[in-house]
Amino acid sequence: MIKGAYVHIPFCEHICYYCDFNKYFIKNQPVEDYLKALDLEMATTMIQAGGVRPETIFIGGGTPTVLQDEHFARLLESIRKHLYHEETAEFAVEINPENLNIAKLEAMKRAGVDRLSIGIQTFDDTLLAAIGRMHSRESAIAAVQLAKDYGFHNISVDLMFGLPGQTRAQLEHSLHAAMQLDPQHISIYSLQVEPRTIFYHRMKQGKLKLPGQDIEAEMYELLIKVLRDRGFEQYEISNFAKPGYESRHNIIYWNNEEYYGFGAGAHGYIQGQRVVNARAVKGYITRVRSEGHAMVERHSVTLQEKVEEELFLGLRKLRGINKKTFEEKYHRSLDYFYKDVIANLVKKGLLHEDKEHISLTEKGVFLGNEVFEAFLV
Amino acid sequence: MSEDRRNRQKRIRNFSIIAHIDHGKSTLADRILESTSALTKREMRAQMLDAMDLERERGITIKLNAVQLTYKAQDGEEYIFHLIDTPGHVDFSYEVSRSLAACEGALLIVDAAQGIEAQTLANVYLALENDLEIIPVINKIDLPSAEPERVKQEVEDVIGLDASEAVLTSAKSGLGIEDVLEAIVEKVPAPTGDPDAPLKALIFDSLYDPYRGVVTYIRIIDGTVKVGDHIKMMATGKSFEVNEIGVFTPKPVAKDELTVGDVGYLTAAIKNVSDTRVGDTITSAAHPTAEPLPGYRRMNPMVFCGLYPIDSNDYNDLREALERLELNDSSLQYEAETSEALGFGFRCGFLGLLHMEIIQERIEREFGIDLITTAPSVIYKVEMANGETIEIDNPSKMPEGKMIENVEEPYVKASVMTPNDYVGAVMELCQNKRGEFIDMVYLDENRVNVIYHIPLSEIVYDFFDHLKSNTKGYASLDYELIGYKPSKLVKMDILLNGEKIDALSIIVHRDFAYPRGKAIVEKLKELIPRQQFEVPIQAALGQKIVARSTIKALRKNVLAKCYGGDISRKRKLLEKQKEGKKRMKTVGKVDVPQEAFMAVLRLDDSNK
Repeated sequence: MIKGAYVHIPFCEHICYYCDFNKYFIKNQPVEDYLKALDLEMATTMIQAGGVRPETIFIGGGTPTVLQDEHFARLLESIRKHLYHEETAEFAVEINPENLNIAKLEAMKRAGVDRLSIGIQTFDDTLLAAIGRMHSRESAIAAVQLAKDYGFHNISVDLMFGLPGQTRAQLEHSLHAAMQLDPQHISIYSLQVEPRTIFYHRMKQGKLKLPGQDIEAEMYELLIKVLRDRGFEQYEISNFAKPGYESRHNIIYWNNEEYYGFGAGAHGYIQGQRVVNARAVKGYITRVRSEGHAMVERHSVTLQEKVEEELFLGLRKLRGINKKTFEEKYHRSLDYFYKDVIANLVKKGLLHEDKEHISLTEKGVFLGNEVFEAFLV
Repeated sequence: MSEDRRNRQKRIRNFSIIAHIDHGKSTLADRILESTSALTKREMRAQMLDAMDLERERGITIKLNAVQLTYKAQDGEEYIFHLIDTPGHVDFSYEVSRSLAACEGALLIVDAAQGIEAQTLANVYLALENDLEIIPVINKIDLPSAEPERVKQEVEDVIGLDASEAVLTSAKSGLGIEDVLEAIVEKVPAPTGDPDAPLKALIFDSLYDPYRGVVTYIRIIDGTVKVGDHIKMMATGKSFEVNEIGVFTPKPVAKDELTVGDVGYLTAAIKNVSDTRVGDTITSAAHPTAEPLPGYRRMNPMVFCGLYPIDSNDYNDLREALERLELNDSSLQYEAETSEALGFGFRCGFLGLLHMEIIQERIEREFGIDLITTAPSVIYKVEMANGETIEIDNPSKMPEGKMIENVEEPYVKASVMTPNDYVGAVMELCQNKRGEFIDMVYLDENRVNVIYHIPLSEIVYDFFDHLKSNTKGYASLDYELIGYKPSKLVKMDILLNGEKIDALSIIVHRDFAYPRGKAIVEKLKELIPRQQFEVPIQAALGQKIVARSTIKALRKNVLAKCYGGDISRKRKLLEKQKEGKKRMKTVGKVDVPQEAFMAVLRLDDSNK
């Protein structure tokens, strides 16, 4: 059962300094052809799926909202036509504040979008400029307000911490500014400097000053506390929600369930295979035109890998992994695979185990990678 | 028959090339190979003589090679050249002296911009000791900074050679190569031995071939050798029957016989390189020569370190690797040892630090074993309170202070050749390294040879790196062992998480113990990654802690985002993390990376 669908819009007006996703400057890109190819890819895929539609849809990027209003509306119509149905549980779109307007909100309402994930990163104008974002504190607040006024009541404010030069006080201000907007959900990622980004290049030259592990840990402590006090539950390492507003699409990833990936460079997990589409826009279009899809890599996940992934994805959820669910899925107990590993991690104070679950301890949340690594054979 | 041999002998020229690293030896050798049609262009790999990958990468020659070439000279005669390549590093000076002993002449290559370097000088003296005819070759004359006249003058002043007929070349562009070849014909004497005398052949190198056993590289001084002859190694006393003889062109080509002046190879189903020591004399078992060739010396290692597999399951593979390498390298020594921290491994002896690094790299690359190398040590002579004298090559084995009467350490005479401007810096460095000033000789108005007696252990640690950085790379170093002197030496232990780590113990001079201890704990703090708990690092003399620092506990290590469903990427990251830990050694509860065990070599400026 394929539960979710991710749709990738690989275009941007401006490249953020930390971004390593598959993205291209929108100028001179064949946007119309791309949207047609997406439509075709979704159509052929759904025919092959026998018409069974996914439960969640997520449009991400790149910058989905960089599309002209008319193109944006056409994209949403395509998705509504091929993927959406009465029982769609969640239809979310990633929003850049600087591009949001009434026309786009209206298009989303019409198409059935019910969740907005707004990439604000920080409410500090100096930091926004330092990470290469195009919006300001003011325009971010205005965008959220506009969305709320237009009747969107499932809004995620997406933030970052551990930014170059960022202090704990600045982070706290951002959190409070976010709270003022009364969102239902907060995603907050620590900055990761990845190869092939502007930041990586600067770091190599010794020109990127990051807060460092200790400050980052203190920031993480701080934000967990602030958000908890405001009634947000930390349901995943980087995600916090008011009751009932967890991201249903992302939970599919963490539950190690299957999903489609549509668009250039999109990743999918389909019938036991991890698949990747052609990354280049033109290559993607050509392939979809000739073959109806654009998969260029396929990897059949072995049982061993699947179990490992079940663990390192599942433990990202603070509720952890349900032993019974695991056993139903794999016909063997968790202990059968990992008795000693679990005991060792419990001893180190990184893992909590009771009759029903295993889950990260408070310490384990901070040192998640140490835990996940232990489950790789 | 005998007449043919004598006629041929007159047309043989045996020579070697002496040069400092980077002065263009390999390039010149390549040009000579090209010009004598030893190789077609297609067969040429750049720098043909440096065959091993490692040599190619480091730009140095480790193993000697000997190539037979034919050259049609301007006098119309066809000459047989044997080019014997020599290693260019101070660790291998004995091998250099033996390969020079196989020649009648040498090309002295000097960079037209840089002039003579200390190491070159050392080898020139070796060549002069062997009565070689030396042909100065001023290379790289097409460089904008070339000063051939100044360099010629230097050759005359410093070495006392007549440089008026020095050959000017640019090996890179091929300029002057013909002149070099003519100079070889004209100036290098033909070999003088007697083909009818009992066999006398010099072994100047050997290597192990899994199919043929040991391949010896030999130069025939007197007599003739054929397949089937029974031969005897005069130093080791071992006898063998000759299986194959031949020359390198540079491909091996089998021959019916080798006679006076020939340089080539010989195999005789010899199982062990140590039966064919470099410098030994091969003679006929039936009609042995009366006297072996002079100059045979058994090489003794000067530098020792522990080699341990990171994965203790690799111990037997490591033993096999050492056995295989030893077949090829009789100067490598090893014996099993155990460390509380590192488990089972080997204490290995090397000619010098470069030799040590090469062996270590070959084990990791050719045998795929990840290694922990402990900091290098020299042999200390310890006189015990009970009158007994013991030799210590592993710092952790140093007895308790109160049991020791006296400790002696090996000293070298270090000759540093440096431009004037850096004399101050060189002397300061030598003083910091406990050096004792001996002499200073002006070579010309710009260059000075500074001579110090310095403990070998200081040279082994980081002297060379400091010398290079303090003189912008201009100074060069040569050293030779001069004997043992008493020193105020103490053992310094390193404790991680309160546990003494034997593999990190070092021997230091008492006066330098505090700053060095401090530098080591700081360096370890930098090299050992954060663990899930706080790790104190301490340096101790006996029970007394002289320096400490702390590795803070790991506080945050968790991947934030989900990469739009790209799970394989997340997996790769975790796998990489896990792989990194596998390359560390768990000592007590602490994961310690390889480089930490060499921390003492990586101290920046801190031990002043």
